[in-house]
Amino acid sequence: MPGGDPEGMVQLLTPAGERVEHPDYDVALEPEELLGLYRDLVLVRRVDTEANALQRQGELGLWAGLLGQEAAQVGSGRALRPQDHAFPTYREHGVAWCRGVDPLGILEIFRGTSHGGWDPVAHRLHPYTLVIAAQLLPAVGCAMGVQRDGAVGTGDPGRDTAVIGYLGDGATSQGEASEALQWAAVFNAPVVIFCQNNQWAISEPVSVQARVPLHRRADGVGVPGVLVDGNDVLACLAVTRAALDRARSGGGPTFVEAYTYRMGAHTTSDDPTRYRSAAEVDVWRAKDPIDRFRRYLESEGLLDEDFTTALEAEAEQLAEHLRAGVRELPEPAPLAMFDHAYAEPHEQVEEEREEFAAYLASFDAAPSGGDPHQQPATVAGRTR
Amino acid sequence: MPNLPLAKAINAGLRTAMERDPKVLLMGEDIGRLGGVFRVTEGLQKDFGEARVLDTPLAEAGIVGTAIGLALRGYRPVCEIQFNGFVYPAFNQIVTQLAKLRARSQGRLELPVVLRIPFGGGIGSVEHHSESPEALFAHVSGLRVVTPATSADAYWMIQQAIASPDPVVFFEPERRYWDKGQVETDATLADVAPLHRARVVRRGEHVTVAAYGPTVRLALEAAEAAAEDGTQLEVVDLRTISPLDVGTVAESVRRTGRLVVVHEAPTFGGVGGELAARITERCFYSLEAPVLRVGGFHLPYPAARVEEHYLPGVDRVLDAVDRSLAA
Repeated sequence: MPGGDPEGMVQLLTPAGERVEHPDYDVALEPEELLGLYRDLVLVRRVDTEANALQRQGELGLWAGLLGQEAAQVGSGRALRPQDHAFPTYREHGVAWCRGVDPLGILEIFRGTSHGGWDPVAHRLHPYTLVIAAQLLPAVGCAMGVQRDGAVGTGDPGRDTAVIGYLGDGATSQGEASEALQWAAVFNAPVVIFCQNNQWAISEPVSVQARVPLHRRADGVGVPGVLVDGNDVLACLAVTRAALDRARSGGGPTFVEAYTYRMGAHTTSDDPTRYRSAAEVDVWRAKDPIDRFRRYLESEGLLDEDFTTALEAEAEQLAEHLRAGVRELPEPAPLAMFDHAYAEPHEQVEEEREEFAAYLASFDAAPSGGDPHQQPATVAGRTR
Repeated sequence: MPNLPLAKAINAGLRTAMERDPKVLLMGEDIGRLGGVFRVTEGLQKDFGEARVLDTPLAEAGIVGTAIGLALRGYRPVCEIQFNGFVYPAFNQIVTQLAKLRARSQGRLELPVVLRIPFGGGIGSVEHHSESPEALFAHVSGLRVVTPATSADAYWMIQQAIASPDPVVFFEPERRYWDKGQVETDATLADVAPLHRARVVRRGEHVTVAAYGPTVRLALEAAEAAAEDGTQLEVVDLRTISPLDVGTVAESVRRTGRLVVVHEAPTFGGVGGELAARITERCFYSLEAPVLRVGGFHLPYPAARVEEHYLPGVDRVLDAVDRSLAA
């Protein structure tokens, strides 16, 4: 039921910002850690706000927003250790932030200058995957590799490694999502499958995807499923941390359903007013992940004006970094598309590269001049 | 120099690769205790253990999807797809992930995954066991597609495929699994023919016949028959489908002026059409006749009792040779 809280949901912070106890899950955080989470939430929301604006200004072709899902992403993302691996969908900008990825690298995808501007090996953040659920089996396979490397259950916190694979509510319907859960179970893989149930798969409500609560779908393959308040950053951190610890210690996989809401459109091309009511959105606005965490921090006396002012300035700097940076992202040279299809030369690709290079070079002698290797936008307009 | 059936040559090649590199893993259905339905992996789980030879759940997307993840973690998985027609549940992982992750990551991710797929007909089996889907994979950039026709090539090409930093789809001709051939096992990977080179396996001056996998032996049989009538066929074993070694075929066609391409897959939209187009582009003025294709029909693979009519046989190859010579 959109708006209502489902039964059995792990919550450590009420929407009013009141800290509550849970019998199984807790986190004890130092004040600076709490403020660090708040900073993450505010800054990733600012990335989203700025990216939306840049799309409206024509600097991005598209943007898939995370508004409303900040707590699920920051909570789970901050539960990861440096050696862990994350396999995102295309909306995990908050997870990418936690993995130390410059958001400009994400904007590259939506501007169309690359399919992803970060090093997946260095950041241990897999490239964004647009075919829904297709990243999950590779995540499980990566976890099977971790097992074979003896990086599970050693008790060494710097060595024991887990993998987290993200998906949305819509993707749970894909066969590969079920297959990934089942393989994870059979091989007892050190993996957490983290589902952000944001209630909507573009225009389809979660009722189109499932007749039982999503977290219960793991029962059938023997994987524990946990339902957590996805708008509660502390609960998301606690539940994910416990699941990752279990994985790292050799306890096997966990399925987490983070119950949240996509406050914005699916992407900037979507119009959610065609399929859902303003009243429903209002219900969720009252559960906003940042508002509730701010209320909690205020009630604890942790948010002072110096911090808030500094954070505002930092958000402003970040926004400026994105605004300036996106316009300076280098246009890919036309021949660069031939570079990475294969590791070793492929006869047909090399032939096509040479022929296309010669074709481009044939314009160099034309009176209008220019360098087609650097300025693809001008090539199309040129005549022989 | 052992005389090995093609299936045993692949087994020996897998064993050598696993001994050389502890990161090489085998994955598939029934490949462990049973040794695979064609016994290609026989004895390997016993010798290398269950951590390196995995009997997997019966889910092809799972096999290829987890192989991708293992490769990301530094392993070199070799996946056995039990039969050609069972590869389709994995098609999404192969096309959208395996083939594209390198480009998607701007060369930062390497996917040294091998998919072994038994293919081709002629073994009298049921539906989905006799198909030749190689063109579907050749059409996907990011994949390499090869197929051995002999035991010697099977032994070396599987090792070369495993050593490749790119994903390789390795098609194994089912009906040649039991064909024996000499295998020079003392050579090194660097000594033997490169993975992506075609080979002229019989010299002849009148018509070039290009074949691969199961049809190489067929082409050689056709050449024997043609020779009795005084027609000398030059037979080229393509060996590699993506990339396609057009140069070796072109060199032959410039001498013979004629080309017939033979494969079991349907000719429509197939490898033969691709080769015909490229040979026509390169050798137009050497050609004495249109390039002809002999292959399967644009039909679902038929029931076993009629497969001999669906599959190209010696007579259909010779018929095409006659048409080429008559042009």
